[in-house]
Amino acid sequence: MKCDNCNKPATVHLTEIKNGKKFEKHLCEQCAAQNEGLPVKSHTPINELLTNFVMAHSGIQKEMALECEHCKMTWAEFRQSGLLGCEHDYDQFSKDLTSLLQRAHEGATHHTGKAPARAGAPAEPKRRKTIDVTRLKKELATAVEKEDYEHAAELRDAIRQAEAVPES
Amino acid sequence: MKLADLTNRAGEWLRGNGPMSEIVISSRIRLARNVAGVPFLAKATRVQRQELENRVRDTLLAAPILPQTLYVDLENAPDIDRQLLVERHLISKQHAAGEGARGVAIGEDETISIMINEEDHLRIQVMRSGLQLDEAWEQINALDDMLEPKLDFAFHARFGYLTACPTNLGTGIRVSVMLHLPALKLTGEIEKVFRAAKDLRLAVRGLYGEGTEATGDFYQISNQTTLGKTEAEIISEFRHLVIPRIIDYERHARRSLLDDRTIALDDKIGRALGILRSARLMASEEVLFLLSHLRMGVHMGRVKDIDISTINELFLLTQPAHLQKILGRKLEGDVRRAARADFIRQKLKAN
Repeated sequence: MKCDNCNKPATVHLTEIKNGKKFEKHLCEQCAAQNEGLPVKSHTPINELLTNFVMAHSGIQKEMALECEHCKMTWAEFRQSGLLGCEHDYDQFSKDLTSLLQRAHEGATHHTGKAPARAGAPAEPKRRKTIDVTRLKKELATAVEKEDYEHAAELRDAIRQAEAVPES
Repeated sequence: MKLADLTNRAGEWLRGNGPMSEIVISSRIRLARNVAGVPFLAKATRVQRQELENRVRDTLLAAPILPQTLYVDLENAPDIDRQLLVERHLISKQHAAGEGARGVAIGEDETISIMINEEDHLRIQVMRSGLQLDEAWEQINALDDMLEPKLDFAFHARFGYLTACPTNLGTGIRVSVMLHLPALKLTGEIEKVFRAAKDLRLAVRGLYGEGTEATGDFYQISNQTTLGKTEAEIISEFRHLVIPRIIDYERHARRSLLDDRTIALDDKIGRALGILRSARLMASEEVLFLLSHLRMGVHMGRVKDIDISTINELFLLTQPAHLQKILGRKLEGDVRRAARADFIRQKLKAN
């Protein structure tokens, strides 16, 4: 069907009833906007809609099919049972696990507690930073007082470094 | 030591002599650990699972980690033995009902129990009577330090101790305190406790942990967050923020019952004692409920002729598996209820 005004294909179909009489109009998008003041937004073509849908769906599917190369646990399997298959899963699924961990642990994503002796010193918790800097500054003052400039220089560098790291 | 040796007495945690024991029954800390290089249980083969049990068992039994250890092979243990261990809080319900190679090592007067192949390869638990969280932490931390070099636990620089369920990740710690809160229940203020616990992101559960209802006014409160806080911080929150607040609520409720509703209070306690001393058929749930009121009566000085240790013993020994073990035969239905009622009457008469 062609537009009543021009030769473009009619995509807007209006039915008006005036004084009991029915009028039908078939317009293209442009004429509908100009003549009738109907702002018709250009529709997303169906193929684009489909593509988006398929893409989004395949994204989920891809995520669900994500598999640990060590234990063969898939993300879908984990979501169903809630239990992981091996220690490597934490690295294999680390991206997807982050939001889950934050929900379960009051927003935390890093361990700050005990570490086995072989793992060396535990990761320094970030929120301890302020306390650490205060302590370092005190130590610096003592070092200067004792004229231990070598240690003071080390402390100064440590303070600079600590203060350069933005608060997370 | 044999399993039968446990049956006739209460474990350390039920002796009722720890600090704040009129309200705090027990303090428990458990650590979830997995052995590096072995798949978690969801993906372990039957053989891997069996090998792991053997390896951990042999390590635990080798001197001097746990002197006088009792080891129970749960896969091959009779149902009643598994039930007995659940009643004593030495294994979880899930561990009792599980499948495949699994076991538990029990040591140091039942304060320590190490479950093998529960949800994680190891679940190390220390349980003590009353409010003794610092002591429990000291004990479990030392045990963990001893086991670490021998078993090499899975640990990640960012995520900490790796656990089968991400909700235990990091410290792998669960701190639980079992509270007896009969007055808050009677005054209808128990909701206050639930709200306070919720604000602090703590879970409130029943007598036997996960998936159990609160029976006999016993509530187990435990942390849920295990990542991003140190063990000391988690324990200190309990010790200084959570527990003192709840103890205050309960004490206040007990005082107000005593001041404003003395007769109603004595009636509850008197009825509990009357039924316990005279009934001929007793279900275990009813016993918990009545003993709860009686326990409160003893602690508030309203009942003078019964010791708290007798009540604590009754809590445990009237449970189904204990009762059957003590009487040496399988009992069901009314026969069991009658045996339970007889047992209680005798204990309360002798007291």
